[in-house]
Amino acid sequence: MDTPTSNPRIKPFWPPFVAGVVLGLVLLLTFVLSGHGLGASGAANDLVAGVGLQLAPEATRANGYLGPQVADGNPLGSWMTWEIVGVAIGALAGAFMAGRFRVQLDGERSVGAGSRVIKALAGGFLAGFGARIAGGCTSGIGLSGSAALGVSAFVFLALFFVTGMIVSRLVKGV
Amino acid sequence: MFPLNDNGMISGLLCGILFGYVLESAGFGSPVKLSAQFRLRDWAVFKVMFTAIVVAAVGLWLLRVGGLLKPDSIAVPQAALVAAAVGGALVGAGFAVGGYCPGTSVAGLFSGRIDALVFVVGVITGTAGFAVFYGTTLKSLKSAGLIAEGDTFADAYEISDPVMIAILVVALIGVFFVGSWFERRKGGPVTAQEAVEGACPTT
Repeated sequence: MDTPTSNPRIKPFWPPFVAGVVLGLVLLLTFVLSGHGLGASGAANDLVAGVGLQLAPEATRANGYLGPQVADGNPLGSWMTWEIVGVAIGALAGAFMAGRFRVQLDGERSVGAGSRVIKALAGGFLAGFGARIAGGCTSGIGLSGSAALGVSAFVFLALFFVTGMIVSRLVKGV
Repeated sequence: MFPLNDNGMISGLLCGILFGYVLESAGFGSPVKLSAQFRLRDWAVFKVMFTAIVVAAVGLWLLRVGGLLKPDSIAVPQAALVAAAVGGALVGAGFAVGGYCPGTSVAGLFSGRIDALVFVVGVITGTAGFAVFYGTTLKSLKSAGLIAEGDTFADAYEISDPVMIAILVVALIGVFFVGSWFERRKGGPVTAQEAVEGACPTT
């Protein structure tokens, strides 16, 4: 919506249907190229396993969860880590080209800087921990798993939405 | 015949760049826009996700029917339904509290958001925490509620792919219809202008 004070450099977001069709085609390309879908939390997993192997090789190899993952070498440089590097490049390009790049602590004005930092950290922790239980996050299970018509993906999305709605009424995150 | 099973650097970078570009263009680098889905003011998250799911599912089905995609050749998450429920609830709670999910936090960070960097640190800490606390409890939780018959609706419940896709198309139309109705009542979707300005006390 254009107001007299709006910045003409800031281009509007794509309409949801357009963004959805393009995202669907990107996801289809990903399946055809790699044999699996898009993801995100897997890159955090590979980072933890890879850095763990560098800093504390014995503890990482002995860890029940990370040990089997580092048995065949360092997971840094996996498809998923490159994909997340790509996400960073793509988002940066999109934000710059549309005049939407702005350095800010988003949520500072609404909940205060200290509260926002604590909530972002706590929210990230919950999401990172939860993604390891489900074996993926909104991208890997919710989006890609649903496109592959996986049963667990729809269970994930249902609980994701219901819990998010309840928690957002109890805690003002942003 | 597809898939090519190319898991190299170029394949990862290419898919990632396109994914990141679409996420940012849809507005999913903004925690204001993202969390407005849970307040029912902005339905872009569900509209975009459901559209993408239908497009990709139809594409995969057409490729399989056309003989271009090997049957049972693409990854499907294992049908551990309790694990998916608990994990989905935690990711949803984290999304509501922190304003992002793991993928969108990367889009947020690279559109300039420092709070997204904090969220990324949280995701990495949560992942490391899972590894530290990994024992018999978390191990059994990860495979809890597993359906033995298979991971897809076709294998687990004998609902064929075209029927599932038809159900998803109906759900997609429903999401657009219901979503737009809520958006009109609750002050419309979050614009790019509002998102770039950042959260304000009234949002």
